[in-house]
Amino acid sequence: MSSTDVRHVHYLLGLGDDALVYAQRLGEWLTHAPQIEEDMALGNVGLDLVGQARSLLTRAGEVEGADPLRDEDDLAMLRDEREFRNVQLVEQPRADFAHEMARLLWFSTYQRELYAALLDSTDETLAGIAAKAVKEVDYHRDHATQWVLRLGDGTPESHERMQAALVAVHPYVAELGEDHEAARWAAEQGVGVLPSSLTDAVNGYVAGVLEQATLTPPDPPRWHARGGREGVHSEVMGYLLAEMQHLHRSHPGATW
Amino acid sequence: MSSATWPLWEVFVRAKRGLSHVHAGSLHAPDREMALRNARDLYTRRQEGVSIWVVASEDITASSPDERDSFFDPAADKVYRHPTFYDVPEDVEYL
Amino acid sequence: MYGNDFGQADAPGGRATTPHPLNAAETPDYTDALAAYFDGLIEEDQRVEPRDAMPEAYRKTLIRQMAQHAHSEIIGMQPEANWITRAPSLRRKAILMAKVQDEAGHGLYLYSAAETLGVDRSELLDKLHSGQQKYSSIFNYPTLTWADAGAIGWLVDGAAIMNQVPLCRCSYGPYARAMIRVCKEESFHQRQGFEILWTLSRGTEEQKAMAQDAADRWWWPALQMFGPPDTGEQASGGHTAQSMAWGIKRFSNDDLRQKFVDMTVPQAQKLGITLPDPDLAWNEERGHWDFGPIDWDEFWRVLKGDGPCNEQRIRTRVQAHEDGAWVREAAAAYAAKQAARQQSEAVA
Repeated sequence: MSSTDVRHVHYLLGLGDDALVYAQRLGEWLTHAPQIEEDMALGNVGLDLVGQARSLLTRAGEVEGADPLRDEDDLAMLRDEREFRNVQLVEQPRADFAHEMARLLWFSTYQRELYAALLDSTDETLAGIAAKAVKEVDYHRDHATQWVLRLGDGTPESHERMQAALVAVHPYVAELGEDHEAARWAAEQGVGVLPSSLTDAVNGYVAGVLEQATLTPPDPPRWHARGGREGVHSEVMGYLLAEMQHLHRSHPGATW
Repeated sequence: MSSATWPLWEVFVRAKRGLSHVHAGSLHAPDREMALRNARDLYTRRQEGVSIWVVASEDITASSPDERDSFFDPAADKVYRHPTFYDVPEDVEYL
Repeated sequence: MYGNDFGQADAPGGRATTPHPLNAAETPDYTDALAAYFDGLIEEDQRVEPRDAMPEAYRKTLIRQMAQHAHSEIIGMQPEANWITRAPSLRRKAILMAKVQDEAGHGLYLYSAAETLGVDRSELLDKLHSGQQKYSSIFNYPTLTWADAGAIGWLVDGAAIMNQVPLCRCSYGPYARAMIRVCKEESFHQRQGFEILWTLSRGTEEQKAMAQDAADRWWWPALQMFGPPDTGEQASGGHTAQSMAWGIKRFSNDDLRQKFVDMTVPQAQKLGITLPDPDLAWNEERGHWDFGPIDWDEFWRVLKGDGPCNEQRIRTRVQAHEDGAWVREAAAAYAAKQAARQQSEAVA
């Protein structure tokens, strides 16, 4: 395998792991949402992300071309923590609804710009995945927007919680726009885009929502997360994977 | 307004182009924008619709069953509104 | 429960306890005419619609049954959601999420149908949270292994479908229409459950054992889902007869249970699963499967609160409701502000 291929694989794994790990967190919401209608909505978002993860991991396995080929479950269930390439934003534990909407607003806005850009990917499979996903994440972004508006401009309590959530999530935002080795390669090849090229559009959209929601953009954080794309995660990641992978790993080679 | 009282909305779904919107059920939502979004998640999970209307339930005025005699029975003698009223030769097509 | 109705006839509350507006003209003639109208609808197997005059007992029965049915869908999300984060493959994760989401949807369809009778969903939820209204007791059992996700789909949803298909012809229109929608979606649930067990039953020894263990634990509670026998000392005091006369119920508990057993035994054979009943035997004369006695003491015990998960299920549900209070308040406040803004814009 040439080194070029590895970066292609890493790029796809980054996209797929973002979707998978966030779907895992959203799956935790079912039965815990503030209204049953919201169980439905968060379920929809989670389902879309599982679907994206499956397509992206399958593609990553194909490009990797190992013998035998690693399929979506091999990649999801049998990799260790240091091999996951998602940003740390998506692995953070589920907190209150305001935190979830803050995270979803940033993440879906990022994914919206990302998939729109990937429509032109020279990796045609990836372009196809993006074409389906861009419509899905458009809806996710709308959902988060609607809620941030309501929580920001709702009651004093909800305003305070929403503001606190923005501050809490903020250290994990910059990583979405950080260029990493695989992304630089992917951008050069036309396979992918430089994350930093999406930042202005992402920040612009979120700023508009916050303003309308009477929320104050948080000050730049003293520390911000980095390294997820190289497999460096926060301590919670190991527990997330332990839960997600335990059953699959307990029965090596079994079919489900 | 207390937390318990998100209003009720009636949902109408157009199953496909060329058909009318048909009442599908109801749901709770704080306002019309969220009602529309919730309706999408609830009533069109399996591509059941191409268009959705939501109407605040309290905005619907309905005929009462106890008015039914005056409201609907007058139509009962207007059989000429129904195609089977007309006697036409059996071998005439496309009527 | 889960499409069946029994238990204490609690007050449905809401406008149910206040005079129905239709009864404003409370002359005996008028009341008799309305009763005759209702009886005529039932006799002709017509559907009763929300604003029709109906006997108060019919209304109360329907509200209670639809509410219990809706509660069962909502509480029933929990035992399956328990496995979403641990589903053994991404395909299974996606299917399970879609299924749990469907249960939420089914609950909403049913609350929506109940609300056509003038109760508010929040009243019904309060009654669930305070234990005044029940949900299907089957969900008071835990999902201990992955195979339980399969057993719930195969046995619990299978039993639910038996109950629900006849409800598609229920005399109350909104309930019947909700059930049509539910039944369409439910068949995927049963099939995916069977498929989980089918895969396990052809898998490793551990997987086979897992499937058998799940069937051992879910079989009897699934039979209990149809409710107590209609006759004999365990009979529950007879909602069935009245509900059948009203066209709410189309088959007796025992008939539905028998149909379920007859349908399920060959499926179990196909799966290579031994159902945990030594008395299970084909009865040539009856043309049905005979089965052993059901432990109704256990059933009543669990229904009354002494099941492994009763408290946990309600605690989880109440917690979600309370944690969400500030969110619901915020959305309502925002809606009020927006309405005020629009009004002042219109004035200006």
